[in-house]
Amino acid sequence: MDLSSINPVLLIASLMVSATPILLAAIGEMVVEKSGVLNLGVEGMMITGAVVGFAIAVNTGSPGWGFVAAALAGAALSLAFGVLTQFLLSNQVATGLGLTLVGLGLSSLIGKPYEGLKTPTLPKAEIPLLSDLPVFGKMLFSHDIMVYVSLILVAAVWAFLKYTRAGLILRAVGESHDSAHALGYKVTRIRMAAILFGGACAGLGGAYLSLVRVPQWTEGMTAGAGWIALAIVVFASWRAGRVLVGAYLFGGVTVLQLNLQAAGADVPVALLSASPYLITIIVLVIISARGAHAAPASLGRSFHASH
Amino acid sequence: MIRLEKRPQPSQAWTAGSPLLAVLLTMIVGGLLFAFLGADPFETIRTIFWDPIFGEFAFYYRGQLLVKAGPLILIAIGLSIGFKAGVWNIGAEGQYIMGAICGAGAGLALYPSESVLIFPVMVIAGALGGWLWAMIPAVLKTRFGTNEILVSLMLVYVAQNILISVSTGLLRNPDGMGFPGSRNFKQWDAAHNAELIAGTGMHWGVVAAFIAVIGAYVLMSRHITGFNIRLTGEAPRAARFAGVNPARIVFFCLGLAGLLAGVAGLFEVTGPAGQISGAFNAGYGFTAIIVAFLGRLHPIGILLAGLLMALTYIGGEAAQTTMQLPGAAIQLFQGMLLFFLLATDVFTNFRLRFGTKGVA
Repeated sequence: MDLSSINPVLLIASLMVSATPILLAAIGEMVVEKSGVLNLGVEGMMITGAVVGFAIAVNTGSPGWGFVAAALAGAALSLAFGVLTQFLLSNQVATGLGLTLVGLGLSSLIGKPYEGLKTPTLPKAEIPLLSDLPVFGKMLFSHDIMVYVSLILVAAVWAFLKYTRAGLILRAVGESHDSAHALGYKVTRIRMAAILFGGACAGLGGAYLSLVRVPQWTEGMTAGAGWIALAIVVFASWRAGRVLVGAYLFGGVTVLQLNLQAAGADVPVALLSASPYLITIIVLVIISARGAHAAPASLGRSFHASH
Repeated sequence: MIRLEKRPQPSQAWTAGSPLLAVLLTMIVGGLLFAFLGADPFETIRTIFWDPIFGEFAFYYRGQLLVKAGPLILIAIGLSIGFKAGVWNIGAEGQYIMGAICGAGAGLALYPSESVLIFPVMVIAGALGGWLWAMIPAVLKTRFGTNEILVSLMLVYVAQNILISVSTGLLRNPDGMGFPGSRNFKQWDAAHNAELIAGTGMHWGVVAAFIAVIGAYVLMSRHITGFNIRLTGEAPRAARFAGVNPARIVFFCLGLAGLLAGVAGLFEVTGPAGQISGAFNAGYGFTAIIVAFLGRLHPIGILLAGLLMALTYIGGEAAQTTMQLPGAAIQLFQGMLLFFLLATDVFTNFRLRFGTKGVA
């Protein structure tokens, strides 16, 4: 095994790229869960975003439009989830699972003609001056624009939830929808907005996977990334900063295991390939064993004004 | 203005009627989808739902119906009992894979014995494999409070990696000239899960599925454990006060689901699939979730839903070959079915009211 072939600078740079899809999906889902809705359809929205983003980018030649279309596609799917759970009061767990199954089917249907095609990808947006720094320039400041967008989004969500009135209302709806309703807030409407935001974020995350990270379309390419995003929200105890830590930690594990495989490490390949999932489980166990639950009190409960 | 009003009691008519309405809506929207894909909607619907049972090649398709429905029903029965208790095991696919690996492995270790005990041993090993794989989320949930949805799902990906590993390594056919995949069970009589009645598709897995349906019916409607499971799902606090141990319910539900998924995997791998290979699992573990909901989490409903879902599989394959319809369209079709079911479900507990009377 030749560990010296693993370059730490490149490792961290590729860690940020590999974490971005999950980070985008996780920060969106965190907002949804903060409003008291559990959308288990992240995987389905992500993969639909991946295929729609890819198709539009190939057809228009512009990855930018690909991302826009992916966000819209993710939001459109989440709209279906929202209508079912918020207006028709269906079970959120079952509906989320259904959304994933629908998304997987829909994506492979749309994606069939696009298999094996190449897409224009995002150029590196090197930040002037900072990207010229000796080691850190290459590591942190010469990524494509979506990496920075995802970081800004995390900061924006954090500030929104912590400092704005709208953020406070969103959290109130998530903690106790009955009280929020009694105070005159439109619970259903607020939740729908959060669901749409989460869907758009998941779509962006998927598109990042198919347009930048891989960049190609293959059936089932998200390979559980949406579920890992859900796990990261739990890991983060519903805090934006920790979502960032979780996603980057996970990105690090993914990149490291790929590097170890490439370096010919003396570990079975199956174990290395399964390691991101195993580590997710271990992290979930540690978090839940500590008992530090900060889940929104109304998470997963349907709201009907008659109660 | 339209609004929903809660019914004092769930409507019996809608409980039975909403799956039928969902199937009808799926056919309509699915037909539009097929029309959009450039296929004649009426012909497609007929190819999927009618021809496999009554068409020209029905003699072939009818057998396939039970072959496909068997594992779906077997897995869905296990899942439904958990769902009733609010135990969300969505990793049946992983338990199915591990059951197949363990069962096939136990058999292959005894190759080329022709003892009549081989097959029973394999079934038991398969059940154990699925059970053990389901015990992981069960133990983590009861000991640490870890979310079983995420853990059981993550374990599907782990199981898939194990499957790829053993089919190219540990269980690879030594006489297979280096090709991935285990020995073919169809060429080993003692371990072959053959058709019991030629041409019907009836194999031991289907028999097990029927037994599971009856067993689940008795358990849920006649046995105290079934009552405790329903109580835990509907009123967890009441169940605690009544002395129901929630940890035991979690162990029971996950264990039973894992066990049934495990034997389903074993029956599949020794029968229709024939060998352990990297892609022998066909996603039954996930489709079974739809079957469980479509069957209203009721054993008899699951039996019917399993047959219906098997029909969409077979009809979907037929539509793929005769009408060049993409295979993914059927997957979407099945997903839509679940969506429409969840949507029409609202009328079981609520009724529509027109006008603005009263305060919403």
